[in-house]
Amino acid sequence: MIAVISLTALGVALGLGLGLAARFLRVEQDDGLASEIEAMLPGSQCGQCGFPGCGPAAAALASGNAPVTLCPPGGSALVRQLADKLGVEAVTSGMKESVPMLAVVEEELCIGCTKCFRVCPTDAIVGAPKQIHNVLREACTGCGKCVDVCPTMAVNMTPMPVTLQSWIWHKPAVAA
Amino acid sequence: MSEYLLLLLGTALVNNVVLVKFLGLCPFMGVSKKIDSAIGMSLATTFVLTLATATTWMLEHWLLEPFGIEYLRTLAFILVIAASVQFTEMVIRKSAPALYQVLGIYLPLITTNCAVLGVALLTAMEGGSFLHTLLYGFGSALGFSLALVMFAGLRERMALAQVPATFAGAPIGFIAAGLLSLAFMGFAGLKIA
Amino acid sequence: MNILNHPIIRRTMVRWGVHPDARKQATSPQDIERLPLPAILHIPLLQHSGAPAKPVVSVGQHVLKGELLGARQGNISAPVHAPTSGTVVAISDYPAPHPSGLGVLSVSLEPDGEDRWIECAETDPFSLTPAQIAERVSAAGVVGMGGATFPSSVKMLLGQRSQVHTLLVNGSECEPYLSCDDRLMRERAAKIIEGIRIVLHAVGAKKALCGIENNKPAAIEAMRRAAAEVPAIEVIALPTRYPMGSDRQLIHVLTGQEVPSDGRSADVGVLVHNVGTLYAIQQAVRFGRPLISRVVTVAGGAVARPRNLEVLLGTPARLLVEHCGGLRETPARLLMGGPMMGLQLPSLDAPIIKGSSGILALGAHEIAKEQPSPCIRCGQCVSACPMNLMPFEMSANIRVGELDAVQGLKDCISCGSCSYVCPAHIPLSHYFDYAKGELTVRERGKLRQESIRQLTSARKTRLEQEAREKAEAAARRKAERERAKATAAQGKAS
Repeated sequence: MIAVISLTALGVALGLGLGLAARFLRVEQDDGLASEIEAMLPGSQCGQCGFPGCGPAAAALASGNAPVTLCPPGGSALVRQLADKLGVEAVTSGMKESVPMLAVVEEELCIGCTKCFRVCPTDAIVGAPKQIHNVLREACTGCGKCVDVCPTMAVNMTPMPVTLQSWIWHKPAVAA
Repeated sequence: MSEYLLLLLGTALVNNVVLVKFLGLCPFMGVSKKIDSAIGMSLATTFVLTLATATTWMLEHWLLEPFGIEYLRTLAFILVIAASVQFTEMVIRKSAPALYQVLGIYLPLITTNCAVLGVALLTAMEGGSFLHTLLYGFGSALGFSLALVMFAGLRERMALAQVPATFAGAPIGFIAAGLLSLAFMGFAGLKIA
Repeated sequence: MNILNHPIIRRTMVRWGVHPDARKQATSPQDIERLPLPAILHIPLLQHSGAPAKPVVSVGQHVLKGELLGARQGNISAPVHAPTSGTVVAISDYPAPHPSGLGVLSVSLEPDGEDRWIECAETDPFSLTPAQIAERVSAAGVVGMGGATFPSSVKMLLGQRSQVHTLLVNGSECEPYLSCDDRLMRERAAKIIEGIRIVLHAVGAKKALCGIENNKPAAIEAMRRAAAEVPAIEVIALPTRYPMGSDRQLIHVLTGQEVPSDGRSADVGVLVHNVGTLYAIQQAVRFGRPLISRVVTVAGGAVARPRNLEVLLGTPARLLVEHCGGLRETPARLLMGGPMMGLQLPSLDAPIIKGSSGILALGAHEIAKEQPSPCIRCGQCVSACPMNLMPFEMSANIRVGELDAVQGLKDCISCGSCSYVCPAHIPLSHYFDYAKGELTVRERGKLRQESIRQLTSARKTRLEQEAREKAEAAARRKAERERAKATAAQGKAS
C-alpha cells in the first residue's frame, strides 16, 4: 500500500512540477529556422518540390517533413547546404542525379503567345507578342513551368549541354 | 583526498562504464560517427549522469529506504531520471539557448540511456556517502566521454579506410570497439602505490 | 643563413619529385624538321587559358599568313592568327585537344599553297618602350608554350607593375619523351637569348637565370655560348628531377625563394618564361610575326620514326604521326604533351595548338596496367609531392566524398608525381583532378543559385512596380473622369 501511494505521489509531484515548468519556462517557438532555410532556397517558387512555393517548402524542411533533396533547381550544392543546416546526412544517392535541364523553344512551333514568359519565375524567356520567343541559357532554372503552359508544345526541356568549360573528370573507380 | 582521486580513476578507467561494464552501448555506436557530435553527447551525458546519481541518492535515502520499498528502485529511478532530464532540458532551453544548441538534441536520448540508470542502480546498491555517489557518477561520466570521443576519433579514421565489403560499416565498428575494450582491460592490472 | 638554402646545396639536393626514365634519346639527336603544308587546318579559337578569341573572319574569306582570325576578348585572352594563306572554309565546332573530345569553336582554313605573309617589318626591339613591347606580344597572341598557355603579355604587364628583378628562363623540360625545347635551345639559342633580352628590357629586370636540366649538355653548351656576351644572363645546369619545370619548383631551386600558397611568382620578384615562349616573343617583337607555328615532339613506342617537327598551329595530330612514318602498333594511349601531365586524346584528329609540346603515341609496354589496390600508407607519395602535400590522405577523403575535408587541393599542381610513385597504383592525381572539377561545379552551382535568387527578386520588384503603375494610372484616369464630370456639372449649373 505504501508502495502504491508513495510512487503515485512521486509521479504526481513530478508531473505537476514538469507541467508547471512547461508553463513558466516556455520558449516561443521561433520560426527563425524556416526563414533561414527559405533564404537558402532559390526562391523561384517553381513548385517542383510539390509544395506551393519556397516558403511552404522551407517550413516543411524546418519541421522535418520534407527531404533535403527536394529542390531540383538547387542541385546537389543546395542539398549539402541544407543537410549542414539541419544536421542530417546528405543522401544524394536517393536524389535522381538530375542533370540540369534547360528549356528550348522550337522555332517552327512557337506562335508568340507570350504565355511562357509570363510564367517564367526568373524572366529567362524573352520575346514579344507574335514574335518567336527565346530562352536565356544563363537564367533558365529548368523548372518546366513554361512547358506546361505552352499551347503548341513548342517548349521542351533538354539536358544542359556539356561544354569544355563545364566538363570535369569523372571519379576514379575504387579498388576492390 | 587520494581516496576520491582513486574513486575517479577507478570509475573512469578501470571500471569504464562502456568498455568494461558494457553499459550505454547504443549511444556508443550511434553517436560516434563524428567527433563533434560525440563531444556534444559526452557533455550532455556528464551533466545528466552526475545529476541523476545525486537525485537518485536522495530518492534512495529519503524515500525508498525509510519506507522499505527498495524493490521499486528501478521503477522509481526511471521516473525521477526522466523527469529531471526533461526539467533540465526546459531550464537550459530557457536560460542558455547556446548550450541548448549543443546539448539539445542529445538530452532526450539520454533519458532512456542504460548507462545513466545502470550507474544510478550501481551506486544505490553499493551505498556510500552523497559525495562518494556524486564522484562515482561523475567518474563514470568521464569514462563514458573518454570512450565515446576516442571511438569517434577511430571511426573518423576508419571512414577513410578501404574496409572489405563484408566488414564495412557496423561490423568493423564492433571489431574496433572490441579491441578498444580489450585495451581497457589492461587498466585492471593498474597498481597505484 | 640557412645552410640548406645555399645555392650549391639547393641546386644539387632536390628532395621532392620523381626521376622517371627520360626516354628522350629517340628524338633529341635529330634536327627539327618542318612539316609540309597540310591540306586543311582547324584552328581553335581557344588555345589559351582565359576567354576564347572572337572570330573576325567570315566563311569564304581569303586570308594571308599571319592575318588575324580571332580577336582577343576580355582581359585574359589572346588573339589567333592564320598559320598560312588560304580560304576560310568553316567556322564551327571541331574536336578540341582535350580528353573529353568535345567541340570547340574553330576556324577551318584551306591553304592555297602560296604561304604568303602579311606585311611585317623588322624593328629593333630595344628602340621600343616596354608598353610597346607588351602590345606587340599581345597582338601576336603569344602564350606560355610550356603547356599552361597563359597569355604572355598579361604576365609581362604584371611583371612591369610589380617590380620584377629576375627573369627565370625555363629550359628544364622535365617531362620524359619531350625534346622540343632541347632542340630549340640547340638550334636557335641566339634567338632565345635575344628573347630573354627583350623581356629583361620590357619588365626592367636586372638579370636572367636560365635553368636547364643536366641531361641536356648540348643545350646548356649552346645557350652558354650564345649568352657569353650578355653578362646579365646566367645559364645554370639543374639536377634532372621531375617536376623541375613547374614554376614554383624552378623558382625555389634557382632563387631559393618560395612563392606563397595564394601568391604569384611576381610576389617574390621573379617572372618565369619557357624557352619556347621567349623564342615566340623574339619573333613577335623583332619581326612582327604572330605565333602561328611551334616545335612539337612526336614520340612514343608506337611511332615508327620519332622526331621533332615544326608545325603550323591547327594541323591535325594525325598528319604529324604520318610524317613520322605512321604507327608501328596500335597505340595504347594517345597524349598531347608529356606522359606525366599531358592530356589524353580520344583520337588523332585533334589539332596542334599553342600549348602542344608533344604528340605521344605510347605502346602497350609503356603504360602502367596494374589495377589499383588499397593504400598501405607507405608515405611515398608524401615524399614525392613537390608541394609538400599528403596525397594519400587527400585521396582517401575524396574517395569517401568528404571534399571539404581535403587539405591543400588548391596547392596541388597536378604534376602526377604521387601517382607515379604509388606502389599500390592508386590514381592519386586523377582523384585530385576530379575533386578540383567537382569543387568548381559546386562553386558554379552556388553562383547560379545566387543569380537565380537575384533574378527572382528582380522579377518580383518588376511585377510589383507594374501593378503599382497600373493602379496609379487607373486612379489618375478615375480622377480625370471625375474632374471632367465635375466641370461638366459646373458648366451645366452656370
